Amino acid sequence: MLKLTDVDTHYGPLPVLKSVSLEVRVGEIVCLLGGNASGKSTTMKTILGVVRPTAGRVEFEGDRIDGLATEVIARRGISLVPEARRIFARMTVWENLSMGAFTRQKAPAGEVAQDFERVWTLFPRLKERQHQLGGTLSGGEQQMLAIGRALMARPRLLLMDEPSMGLAPVLVDQVFDIIRAINGQGTTILVVEQNAPVALSIATRGYVLQNGRIVIHDTARILLATDYVRRAYLGED
Amino acid sequence: MADVLAILPQQLVFGLALGTVYGLVALGYTMVYGILFMINFAHGEIFMIGAYVGWWVLALLLQAQAGALHPAWVLPLMLLPAMLFTGALGVGLERFAYRPLYLRGATRLGPLISAIGASIFLQNAVMLTQGARMKVYMTSLLFPRDWRIQIAGASVSALVIVMVAVAGLMMWGLHLLVQRTTLGRSIRAVAEDREMAAIMGVNVRRVIALTFFMGSALGGAGGVLVGLYYTQIDFFMGYSAGLKAFTAAVLGGIGNIRGAMLGGLILGLVESLAVTFMNPAYKDVVAFVLLILVLVIRPTGLLGESVAARAKV
Repeated sequence: MLKLTDVDTHYGPLPVLKSVSLEVRVGEIVCLLGGNASGKSTTMKTILGVVRPTAGRVEFEGDRIDGLATEVIARRGISLVPEARRIFARMTVWENLSMGAFTRQKAPAGEVAQDFERVWTLFPRLKERQHQLGGTLSGGEQQMLAIGRALMARPRLLLMDEPSMGLAPVLVDQVFDIIRAINGQGTTILVVEQNAPVALSIATRGYVLQNGRIVIHDTARILLATDYVRRAYLGED
Repeated sequence: MADVLAILPQQLVFGLALGTVYGLVALGYTMVYGILFMINFAHGEIFMIGAYVGWWVLALLLQAQAGALHPAWVLPLMLLPAMLFTGALGVGLERFAYRPLYLRGATRLGPLISAIGASIFLQNAVMLTQGARMKVYMTSLLFPRDWRIQIAGASVSALVIVMVAVAGLMMWGLHLLVQRTTLGRSIRAVAEDREMAAIMGVNVRRVIALTFFMGSALGGAGGVLVGLYYTQIDFFMGYSAGLKAFTAAVLGGIGNIRGAMLGGLILGLVESLAVTFMNPAYKDVVAFVLLILVLVIRPTGLLGESVAARAKV
């Protein structure tokens, strides 16, 4: 479904991604692990066309998408739950969700309403607060709003950038349950995480990114058992 | 003192008329700032060019039909071309004078200097093509002098009522557009987080161009109204009017649409009160002292929380 082949990305002269290749297949949850500044977020930004790769290719559903404008890529069915949530703080919860459905203005009337219902069911708290400004929500609620907003696009591929960051442990479990549920409803997911144990517990496969290079990739089960991953990301000696 | 109180209602009416137009022009500054964080210093010239287009339409209509014209159809005929022309001009400025600079990620100073250059360019272009002498709006042929009513001791002319109504309707329309429509939401989304808006599927460049179009069109409409009101226009009128409208925008909190309307009203009223109570020569002094006071006491402007929130990010 999504395929990166030998992608290089630079910020100015500075190389950030070096020959990154990865693949996400339909229906999978793929997990991208890595420490700070390993290039995880840049991988997301490269997929979305926010930054342009300097070499290599990005393909989505068989078509090359590197070089396309971000909004064009979004319309093809990729959406993002960004790092640090980045909800529209000065817009209401309802307006944030409606922005999520921006690409679907030509959808049949009932469809978007249905998706609001779906988000309300997943996150009843958001329904209670639909007229509140996004900026007044708690961190956990904002994360739910960011997820809800991304779902409103009915993406075929959902990118999630550190969905557990800054959340209380109870909420982390809840968020990952929701990710699994979303996947169960047919959305393919690429999730970037520092919290490797939780992420790998729900993922099909995983990649480990280090200094802009993919150093390991395998199934989640094998990664969980790999010495290197255990030492680097699971905090074991 | 009794004399002063006697003319106070009249002055308030003038203040209201002027204030709504300041607000209308201030919207152009505030919308562009809200979305690009730049001050479009050529906006005053856009206002001036709006006044010229309105003048031309009126002159042509008077030529075609000597004698009195009815404002009910003439005014829309003046406003529409003025707004379309200035709107397109704003889009052109953005495309050729600003976008090449902000896209390249130059400092914020780049587009600003380019805007000052555009302002000088437009002033001179109008001076060279239209002449340096002022042009006279034949307002009295459109709004006869005896079209006026008495309200609470003030004599209110039909023109003033129309000005307030037109400016008020446009502001209300813009408010509804920005708050209630998908386009309005996408404008606010781009203003708040351009990258996320693009990720939602918003065509950011188109939204920026549309914002320039709307802001400039409102400025152009303001030019027509001010031309009718003061009856004299020249190529330099955008300088002081632009500065005033910019003051109004900052006063209300730049980047905030309701703030621009409020700032315009306050500025108009304060100016007309200043004229009532002291030498009219101090009018501009009062306006800019007010600006300095607001900047010292409340740098974000009266309704400027949004800018403060943005500065924190």
